Amino acid sequence: MAGLNTKTISELSGLLEQGRCTSVEIVNDVLAAMDERDGRIGAYLTVDRAAALVQAEAADKARAAGKKGVLLGIPLAIKDLLNVKGQPCTCSSKILEGYIAPYDATAIAKLREAGAVFLGRVNMDEFAMGSSTESSAFKKTRNPWNTDHVPGGSSGGSAASVAADEAIAALGSDTGGSIRQPAAFCGCVGLKPTYGMISRYGLTAFASSLDQIGPITKTVKDAAILLTAMVGKDPMDSTTVDLPVPDYSKDLTDDHSLKGMRLGLPKEYFVEGMDPEVETAVRNAIEHCKKLGAKIVDISLPHSKYAIAVYYIIATAEASANLARFDGIRYGLRKDGADPIELYGKTRAAGFGPEVKRRIILGTYVLSSGYYDAYYLRAQKVRTLIHNDFRAASAHCDAILAPVTPTPAYRIGEKTSDPLKMYLDDILTTPVNLAGICGLSVPCGFSKAGMPIGLQILGDSFMEPIILKVGHAYEQTTGWHERRPAN
Amino acid sequence: MADATHMDVSYIAHLARIHLAAGEAELFQGQLDQVLNYVEQLGELDLSNVEPTTRSTAAFEHPGVNVLRDDTPRPSLDHDAVIANAPAARDGQILVPKIME
Repeated sequence: MAGLNTKTISELSGLLEQGRCTSVEIVNDVLAAMDERDGRIGAYLTVDRAAALVQAEAADKARAAGKKGVLLGIPLAIKDLLNVKGQPCTCSSKILEGYIAPYDATAIAKLREAGAVFLGRVNMDEFAMGSSTESSAFKKTRNPWNTDHVPGGSSGGSAASVAADEAIAALGSDTGGSIRQPAAFCGCVGLKPTYGMISRYGLTAFASSLDQIGPITKTVKDAAILLTAMVGKDPMDSTTVDLPVPDYSKDLTDDHSLKGMRLGLPKEYFVEGMDPEVETAVRNAIEHCKKLGAKIVDISLPHSKYAIAVYYIIATAEASANLARFDGIRYGLRKDGADPIELYGKTRAAGFGPEVKRRIILGTYVLSSGYYDAYYLRAQKVRTLIHNDFRAASAHCDAILAPVTPTPAYRIGEKTSDPLKMYLDDILTTPVNLAGICGLSVPCGFSKAGMPIGLQILGDSFMEPIILKVGHAYEQTTGWHERRPAN
Repeated sequence: MADATHMDVSYIAHLARIHLAAGEAELFQGQLDQVLNYVEQLGELDLSNVEPTTRSTAAFEHPGVNVLRDDTPRPSLDHDAVIANAPAARDGQILVPKIME
């Protein structure tokens, strides 16, 4: 059977269960796709072929011995900031070049237990700081729909690998939109779970009050499958919440009715300067949900316009503290100096790229004596207002519909010279992280130039079942997700 | 106190332990001043009765109770794998620069 790499997790798990294919065959098809096109796409930093095949063989043996499971033998691409024991974990930074993870992240350990196969490491913006994967210290990743365009970021390699059928699904992380935005740019499904759902133990920390791990997949159902496998309380991450863990894919059935569902349209999310093609695609998606039986209600999230300012204070402040650990002492790059202070300064100068340096400097400044109240504390207070906006809206609607990004994927190099301009593109995704709620990106159309457009479905904290239901119903009755780039 | 929308990039970079190359301070200065000007808009809000949010899950926690894991022994990381990542090591220990005369 050819082209197993183009299939979804749920399709493959059916084929595996019926004995119609093996995990080794799936991995071989994925590796063949990498050989054929990753030179052009550049999704992967490293691939451990032999190890992937060993894992696949072990999965096939386990199945023959009676083990079951929807992820048994399914190969995944992993964003280069999640620790997979024995594999590199560089965060696309020179400061971690050569670092080999000595342990599995909790999310990885759970997937390993479920029998998933870890193909290799996919590219990202350095330490997840960026929206285009252009800040990677190692390589450019290109959008499979048009290789002159960025794949988005920071989980750009994850989204590109899935869109190009070089992985069945991928893991990313989302601090201000880093799963949803690349998923939208590459025509994939991306889920940012509620803060506290998935343990971040083993996820290299960027901004700890915002970071969440999540899946990038070909279908909403696949995202639900990976979510189910990764959620749960973990003693190693004190922010994880102890709640019952349902099977999130169970309710994603052939019943696509949205009758009784109230979907909110925040007027602030149809911003000035939005690409008309994005607006049209999202408005069409809203009409479609109406036809499925949903009631559309107008809502207001009045503090949305402050989200970028709040985000770039809080995220950089937390990053400046988190990245203090990269000092050339215990791991990674070391540049010797006359004393430890000089060693730190030289190591960090050589190890970090410009975007990471800018953010550490900004974060150090907003936390520094005399400025803490004016910047950090003020931002935390406005964060409360942004969170309250969503709480107030949840009285009127069950989920919120919005665009993911103001424009489709832009050209490589188009925005690198103006950091603020690139930051402003995160206006529609950062409020979700600040409020800690969940958000899903699903494909909802294409620009005339053939670039994918994403629909964002937002839910209150722990309301993943609702946004997955809406996303699944929309996806299955429109079929946008079935379009593939010409590979 | 300096102008709130203009930071001394070289001094802050020193605090952050990042040596800046020639030209880098000037480049970052312009870019970061732009960002600081942008975030000034938070000044237009009246926040006198607003509590800060440190994390979004606070509502799901028990107030005043720390989240602690059970204090039970468990295996530590593999020693050789950890030392293999060190920039300099001798006799199974990480070599660090001298901090005292």
